[in-house]
Amino acid sequence: MLLWQLFISFLKIGFVSFGGGYAVIPLIQHDSEQYGWMAAEPFRQTVSLAGMAPGSIATNSATLIGYQVAGIPGAAMATLGIVLPSLVLVITLAGLFYRLHGSQVVKSSFYGLRPIVTGLIAYAAIHFGLGSGWSALSELTTWLTLLIGAAVFVAIVRYKAHPLLVILGSAVMGIVLF
Amino acid sequence: MLFSTARTDSTSQPPARGLAMWIDLFWVFFKIGPATFGGGYAMIPMIEREVVERRGWIEQDEMNDLLSVAGSAPGGVGVNASAFVGYRMAGVTGAIAATLGITLPTFLIVFVLSLFYSLFHDQPKVQAAFQGIKGAVIGLIAVAAYRMGKSSLFDRTTMIVAAVALMILLLTGLNPIFLILSGLVIGLLIIRVKKALGLRIRTEKERGSGKDNTTYIEYYI
Repeated sequence: MLLWQLFISFLKIGFVSFGGGYAVIPLIQHDSEQYGWMAAEPFRQTVSLAGMAPGSIATNSATLIGYQVAGIPGAAMATLGIVLPSLVLVITLAGLFYRLHGSQVVKSSFYGLRPIVTGLIAYAAIHFGLGSGWSALSELTTWLTLLIGAAVFVAIVRYKAHPLLVILGSAVMGIVLF
Repeated sequence: MLFSTARTDSTSQPPARGLAMWIDLFWVFFKIGPATFGGGYAMIPMIEREVVERRGWIEQDEMNDLLSVAGSAPGGVGVNASAFVGYRMAGVTGAIAATLGITLPTFLIVFVLSLFYSLFHDQPKVQAAFQGIKGAVIGLIAVAAYRMGKSSLFDRTTMIVAAVALMILLLTGLNPIFLILSGLVIGLLIIRVKKALGLRIRTEKERGSGKDNTTYIEYYI
């Protein structure tokens, strides 16, 4: 039953995961809270772990959440759930995608969708940055963590640093600061 | 006609070299997966190199189309692109082989990481390092938001839609799925209204020179 719930939930998310990885985090978070899979803090731990592994943060999060909720079968079902829509859509609609891609209807539709995806990613960043809520701003740890986040942002956007290097660097920063 | 080969492959029996092709597809994407830190977009140049330059499976022009469709369809761009290439080369089974190839290694790596974490998370040094990595993940998400915003918020309407979406997420418990679904409709409505009012219509940011191409692909939708 739990396996089925994981599968269906991630399948549903997979079908609407426009914008790939980061935009999907709020969707996973919503289901995680609704079904009581995990509390807010373990959720953030899990997604951080997913973010440091190679590959899509959405797929990795699905794997880890599935694993923590229902062991290895859970991980397999959640991963299958989030990957299957891509496979099904590509196989059934591949030809159609090409023809639709340049159409005015799709362009108009994405005109509304893109800003919403931006909002979703921005929300994920805020939710991650503030953790337990605005009250987290009274803690030094929060500020130092945000400082690392800001450094990472500059390193990637400004200096085009490699993500792996940045992740390793911030682990070292963490050991120094905390 | 695009995809004509794939269609015949999927309706008739796969060619004799089917098995070799499946293994090839699996292997190409299996190799790409573990090297793609920083999410799906990191996979794009590697997929291009393997599929276009090394193997000559797909021409560059078609690959550009394929990648832009893979980026705008739901799902991770890496998984979509591999499924597309697999389907294009060897039909349904090819798509499955390629998708398995790109998913399996990261699946296993995530396990090893999580095992490592559960064994050592009591160590203060590991906890401190992990707190730093949390900061990095915040930064990575912020980078994604910034790049997505840069390519999608180019007029007042798009800025307002993004701000309203963010407010709804922060202040209500609405399931974000509804936001996404409504986004698909809102775009159509706004364009229709703008047309009726005789306003200038622009559904995409005007692209400058090809200089910014890589970041554009990443947040294609």
